[in-house]
Amino acid sequence: MTSILYDAPGPRAKRRNVLLTVVSLAAFAAVLWWVYLTLDERNQLDWDKWSPFFTDSRAWTTYILPGLENTLIAASLAMVIALPLGALFGISRLSDHLWVRLPSGVVVEFFRAIPVLILMLFANELYTQFEGISSDNRPLYAVVTGLVLYNASVLAEVVRAGILSLPKGQGEAALAIGMRKGQVMRSVLLPQSVTAMLPAIVSQLVVIVKDTALGGALLNFSELLASVRPMSSFYGANTIASFTIVALIFVALNFALTTFASWLERRLRRSKKSTGAVLGADNVDDINAGEVGGTTATGAGGGI
Amino acid sequence: MFDFLEGYDLLGAFWVTVQLTVYSAIGSLIWGTLLAAMRVSPVPLMRGFGTAYVNVVRNIPLTVIIIFTSLGLYQTLSITLGAEDITTINFRLAVLGLIAYTSAFVCEAVRSGINTVPVGQAEAARAIGLSFTQVLGLIVLPQAFRSVVGPLANVLIALTKNTTVAAAIGVAEAAYLMKEMIENEAELLLISAVFAFGFVCLTLPTGLILGWVSKKVAVKR
Repeated sequence: MTSILYDAPGPRAKRRNVLLTVVSLAAFAAVLWWVYLTLDERNQLDWDKWSPFFTDSRAWTTYILPGLENTLIAASLAMVIALPLGALFGISRLSDHLWVRLPSGVVVEFFRAIPVLILMLFANELYTQFEGISSDNRPLYAVVTGLVLYNASVLAEVVRAGILSLPKGQGEAALAIGMRKGQVMRSVLLPQSVTAMLPAIVSQLVVIVKDTALGGALLNFSELLASVRPMSSFYGANTIASFTIVALIFVALNFALTTFASWLERRLRRSKKSTGAVLGADNVDDINAGEVGGTTATGAGGGI
Repeated sequence: MFDFLEGYDLLGAFWVTVQLTVYSAIGSLIWGTLLAAMRVSPVPLMRGFGTAYVNVVRNIPLTVIIIFTSLGLYQTLSITLGAEDITTINFRLAVLGLIAYTSAFVCEAVRSGINTVPVGQAEAARAIGLSFTQVLGLIVLPQAFRSVVGPLANVLIALTKNTTVAAAIGVAEAAYLMKEMIENEAELLLISAVFAFGFVCLTLPTGLILGWVSKKVAVKR
């Protein structure tokens, strides 16, 4: 990247770069100083606002860890349910029969076009009408339902793209040795495309983890974000400190997942055993946001 | 059949959604492009800042950012963004949060577009003596933008759906109205269908039109 837009710097360019570095450093320092002053003015930097997270283990055991646990439970439940459902819809979209292909296509496109929050609100209200669901579990069920509906349709597109990314000869060869259509899909196409899809699936987890926070904000689901309010009122209005800690946990968790996904992608591209087709993290984002027809060649984007 | 809609400002709520989308789209396009320029610039400090910003912001849930703008910026630090009444303040805070979040994705899209421009173009531009700013502004970015209309359309669609998160700080957009309506009315399925239809109406044409535009303007190589 470096050499494309500019040459190796000569003496003048070096001087200019140093100047630019100093100028941008000054700008960053000015912004940081302003942030520091504003925070200090409101007493948000006092040690007693931050100390609970370092000296008091109850801050973790009472507020943060239970919240994190709920976040992870919701995310993993959503993933485990959405994956087979997505595979089912992805494969049905590739069916030879119009009456299978069309309805599943409509379902997938519909749930991708609607915000997750709308789906969660709907599910939450729907579950109040059932006697069997206690009001303690309702937010969790609503969050998982919303996440499953949305992410299953996204994963359906991942599965479809993964199967389509395999060389055509794979399916043809399987048919030539006398396999049925179902066998071709089950024993030849799906196992191979799973490896190709793995990075995309892992990075979809990031989207799911982030979306659980919606349940905390609007459905009274006691996940990590929802722990900020009681925590900051218990420790004396340390809003900034609580938000910083929670945001850092989210960043650490998701950054680990992103890094794992791109490591997986690099590894799969390198290995000789696979067919060479890999669906990267970027591909998910590409199809994430309701792309209509066709595939885009470049770029990342989208995703909640 | 649709009597339950009476007394609710459905169009008004969707109009707020559209406004949130448009303002945040313009803001994040500008800030995202600047971030992308920083990430490819010759100054290591700027590159570091761009990379750090994108990696951190992309991994924070939008809900955390939006709620932080209200609880952290407004209620704790009294930042009002020049607005007087609480409705305007919340609206502007939501736009700020959406811009901060979406520009990370815009930056990645623009950067991937810069990668599609052949190396020879930039080399030729440098050979005739253009500076980094000129190479980027006159040669690379115009071509990059033409190739990222598709990905940017996806970002725009995601942004449209993400505006619903603003309901968390009480901006009266579509999801906020839906929450209010399903609490008061009995017609759960109909209400949900109306809002789902509204969002399909917003996102589907965006995808179709911009998909067509992206095919039209893409540089054929």
